[in-house]
Amino acid sequence: MIELYVLLIFMIIGAIVAIEVKDLLSSVIALGTVGLGVSIAFLVLKAPDLAITQLVVEILCVIILMRATLKRDTSFSITGGRFLTTLITVGFIAVFLFVAKECLKDLPEFGYPVMKVAGTYLREGMMKTGAANLVASVILDYRAYDTLGEATVLFTAVIGVLALVRRIGRKKEGIKIREEDE
Amino acid sequence: MSKEHEKGMSIIVKTITRLTVGLILLYGIYILSHGHISPGGGFAGGVIIALSFIHLMLAYGKEVALKKLSKGVASFFESIGALLFLSIAFLGFTGGYFFLNFLSKGEPFKLFSAGIIPLCNIAISFKVGAGLFAIFVALVLLKPEKGDKK
Repeated sequence: MIELYVLLIFMIIGAIVAIEVKDLLSSVIALGTVGLGVSIAFLVLKAPDLAITQLVVEILCVIILMRATLKRDTSFSITGGRFLTTLITVGFIAVFLFVAKECLKDLPEFGYPVMKVAGTYLREGMMKTGAANLVASVILDYRAYDTLGEATVLFTAVIGVLALVRRIGRKKEGIKIREEDE
Repeated sequence: MSKEHEKGMSIIVKTITRLTVGLILLYGIYILSHGHISPGGGFAGGVIIALSFIHLMLAYGKEVALKKLSKGVASFFESIGALLFLSIAFLGFTGGYFFLNFLSKGEPFKLFSAGIIPLCNIAISFKVGAGLFAIFVALVLLKPEKGDKK
């Protein structure tokens, strides 16, 4: 369990570095370390499916962020009162902590889950679906509706991106989409 | 060296890419086709397949990668994946209900087992891989710019 806390502290430090550092490339790299830390944390908690998915998605996200942010002259600055933003942030953190403390009180203890439905899956999953990987038998057989919804979400996201950043069919002359050589 | 190889990164990166990109693609296919036996599955396999094409594009420039998998083909595969997943779900009505595992279960730990689960994995990997590659192309290569008013 100690290695999980080390990983959590590492991820928190990485997130703070990603916020505070001035250079955009360093910020993206620090964000990547947070994602890889999440991947190792999944592996420590014995969830290799999630670890593989988190690892590859994190690599893709870091590549997209690097290629999309590096050559663009993005400049952002904080305007307005520093005091007011800090006050609002602290207020929201206090509210969320209070609500989380009230909500998470009734959850079972860490490492001792309620196995009402999952016990049935563990006992009968391989016999009923024939899949040796129980995660696959849950996400594609028992809970396939959820996977269908998730696939629909991703499909909608891709359609949205391709519709926003397109070249054909643009009538207005204000914005042109330029294809860059990389 | 031919003309299309002038763009992109240095020759070291290109050589390493030429050696590794096939292995990455093969590993993605392995991950997705063994998703019902070992950890992995359609989502992770699809992302690895997309990463192999992205690897090709980063090293060789966009012409070489888009010749292998153009934008139109990518969006075609994405739609095909989504429709395939939905049609597998609808084929369950032949035996009773939505998402029924209507094929024979087979023997566990074999490659051809678990009924519709490998087919669903393949459909999801088509959708995820082609979709993420299309997002990469759209977000990285195509950039909006303020055109000068005529």
